Amino acid sequence: MIGLEHYLTVAAALFVIGIFGLFLNRKNVIILLMSIELMLLAVNINLVAFSSYLGDLVGQVFTLFVLTVAAAEAAIGLAILVCFFRNRGTIDVEDVNVMKG
Amino acid sequence: METIILFAPLVGAILCGFGWKLIGETAAQWTATSLLFLAALLSWVVFLTFEPSDHPNGTYTVNILRWIESGTLSTDWAIRMDRLTTIMLIVINTVAALVHLYSFGYMAHDENFKEGESYRPRFFAYLSFFTFSMLMLVTADNLVQMFFGWEGVGVASYLLIGFYYRKPSAGAAAIKAFVVNRVGDFGFALGIFALYMVTDSFRFEDIFAAIPGLQDHSITFMWRDWNTLNLIAFLLFIGAMGKSAQLFLHTWLPDAMEGPTPVSALIHAATMVTAGVFLVCRMSPLMEYAEATTTFIVFLGATTAFFAATVGLVQNDIKRVIAYSTCSQLGYMFVAAGLGVYSVAMFHLLTHAFFKAMLFLGAGSVIHAMHHEQDMRNYGGLRHKIPKTFWMMMIGTLAITGVGIPLLYVGFPIGFAGFVSKDAIIESAYAGTNGGYAFWMLVVAALMTSFYSWRLMFMTFYGTPRGDAHTHDHAHEAPNTMLVPLYILAVGAVFSGMVWYGSFFGSNDKVGKFFGVPYAEASEHGEVKADDHGDDHADAGDHAAEEDGHGKAHYNLVGAPGEGAIHNNPDNHVLNDAHEVPVWVKLAPFVAMLAGFGLAYQMYIRRPDWPHKLATQQAPLYQFLLNKWYFDEIYDFLIVRPTFALGRILWKQGDTKTIDGGINGVAMGIVPFLTRLAGRAQSGYIFSYVFAMVLGIAVLLTWMTLFGGAN
Repeated sequence: MIGLEHYLTVAAALFVIGIFGLFLNRKNVIILLMSIELMLLAVNINLVAFSSYLGDLVGQVFTLFVLTVAAAEAAIGLAILVCFFRNRGTIDVEDVNVMKG
Repeated sequence: METIILFAPLVGAILCGFGWKLIGETAAQWTATSLLFLAALLSWVVFLTFEPSDHPNGTYTVNILRWIESGTLSTDWAIRMDRLTTIMLIVINTVAALVHLYSFGYMAHDENFKEGESYRPRFFAYLSFFTFSMLMLVTADNLVQMFFGWEGVGVASYLLIGFYYRKPSAGAAAIKAFVVNRVGDFGFALGIFALYMVTDSFRFEDIFAAIPGLQDHSITFMWRDWNTLNLIAFLLFIGAMGKSAQLFLHTWLPDAMEGPTPVSALIHAATMVTAGVFLVCRMSPLMEYAEATTTFIVFLGATTAFFAATVGLVQNDIKRVIAYSTCSQLGYMFVAAGLGVYSVAMFHLLTHAFFKAMLFLGAGSVIHAMHHEQDMRNYGGLRHKIPKTFWMMMIGTLAITGVGIPLLYVGFPIGFAGFVSKDAIIESAYAGTNGGYAFWMLVVAALMTSFYSWRLMFMTFYGTPRGDAHTHDHAHEAPNTMLVPLYILAVGAVFSGMVWYGSFFGSNDKVGKFFGVPYAEASEHGEVKADDHGDDHADAGDHAAEEDGHGKAHYNLVGAPGEGAIHNNPDNHVLNDAHEVPVWVKLAPFVAMLAGFGLAYQMYIRRPDWPHKLATQQAPLYQFLLNKWYFDEIYDFLIVRPTFALGRILWKQGDTKTIDGGINGVAMGIVPFLTRLAGRAQSGYIFSYVFAMVLGIAVLLTWMTLFGGAN
């Protein structure tokens, strides 16, 4: 029987993978966006799992909102990325340090 | 009427100082002057019509307003009118009015100011303001009000000494006067606080009433117990020392001569410097119970009289000679006040105001004639050039040296004002100290007074003209505005001693009546003798215990403290005894005066080469006196320079290094350093930020798990 714990474990594993993708990846900004997406999905899985476990639909409604926001975020992120590539000619994470103090 | 006297000078000062642009310079000056003359006139009316017996305790009070109200402290702004106040009123207002008039001539042209600069209204406004402050001081009903006036005259004195603000020496002298007075005022303020602490009131009436109950009271101050009354009297006297330029706090007075001469006449001769004497007389109920302090006052007064006279012997600046003479005469007054013959102190204060103001104004006239030359070595033979000034100065000199006919008594002694009042002090000194230190100091000082006064006269008016011939050719008599005040003061210098002899230094019943103090017959020897005065004095020594010098019954002042203007303890017989001193004591000041005159005549008229020879022969002594006993140098070494050094340390080490260095160090060292550190943390790489966030989350989670988070 697949219980709540399994869902939560998967979600946690996905979240951690996303985090590691964020700060271990030194190459490609697109991978960063994908990692963020992965983390959002992990949260969504948590929301859906708790929603079904508690019998409360609000969690699933929330998931839909999160998906919407994630889509918008991905669109904006890719747009910024395109702009960035046009200006700098690269999307290597190693080179993105304009904010250096 | 009292209110008009008090406020007329203030109104004059305000109108003249702030309104001269509206009404014009001359009009402003006349406003101030005429208001002063009004005040002077009313003062005389008050003085002559004041009858102490008409009022309870010989005192009445005019309330002006409620001033300070806080807890048990309640202080009115009120005018206390008694004999002391009325005496001071005529002294202050008369001299002030005449000095205002005199200043028209003296300040007409001044090379210390540029062409077209308006300095005259300012000068008159300051003078009027000074007069107001001085009136506040003497009419005070309580110590707070008195302190207000005390500081007011200090400010006015500062402003007027430094009137020639373009002269660095004048500025320095003004600061010196202010700072030295601060030392005295500190003592005065402490005395006031102590009085309030033990009597819970600032009003003279309450204080005087409380004093007899405090005789055995003691307070702790400076780590040990003191007799309260002695300590308070001493602290108040420190204030008086500062204001009245007594030894140790006298150094500002000669320097104050940097101010215009009318200022010297008004402030530094006749009025402000006598405030200390007035204070001691006003606090007579306190002084009478503070024996140790009054002994000290006598000692210091006598020493000052002697010291200042020795320095006066060799000064060359005409104003400085008179300044030291003032200092010396103030010493005389303090001796009298310290001995408990307050009426005699006030007597000398009154006569001194007339003849010293006159000497100063006369000196001003000489300086005016000689184009602001003040060195007597450049004078000489001026009596033909400025005869009127010469005669006025002559009267002043006769008055200060004490010329009169000794031992002759026709209801009063015959002589110039100084003769009467100074002899009164010297006789009191003999009676009060049994011919001790104070008496001899005063007699020697009288000799020197005579010497330096005649030296001044001879160097200025006799002999051959010295110095710049051009200046001598153009020496001219002063205008009438300057001469008329001299004439009026001359009247005072000649007659004031004889007229008020009985009131100030007569037998105790006369003095008691004049000051509103109850008096009672003291002994059974009440028979009235009609012997003439001279004979009586001749054998007074023998019969001293039996009859007083005037062939009348003994009286003692028996008032309780606060009854009447002055207070004497029942066992204070100095005033009675002073009339019964041996004949040689009565003659001593006269002989001293003659000796001084003879010496001066010998040295400056018959053998003008003597002074120089003597100065070379006795060079160390001469230098010692010329440098004023090296007081300025000693103070410079002991106080001024260490203070400067301390100031420099605080400036260089404290201000520049610690404070400025601290701020600069923080702004230019530490903050940039921290910024660099923070900047280095900003790598700009997203993964490091994310790593930091993850780390933060991990720490937060750990914390929440371990300690339950917000719970």
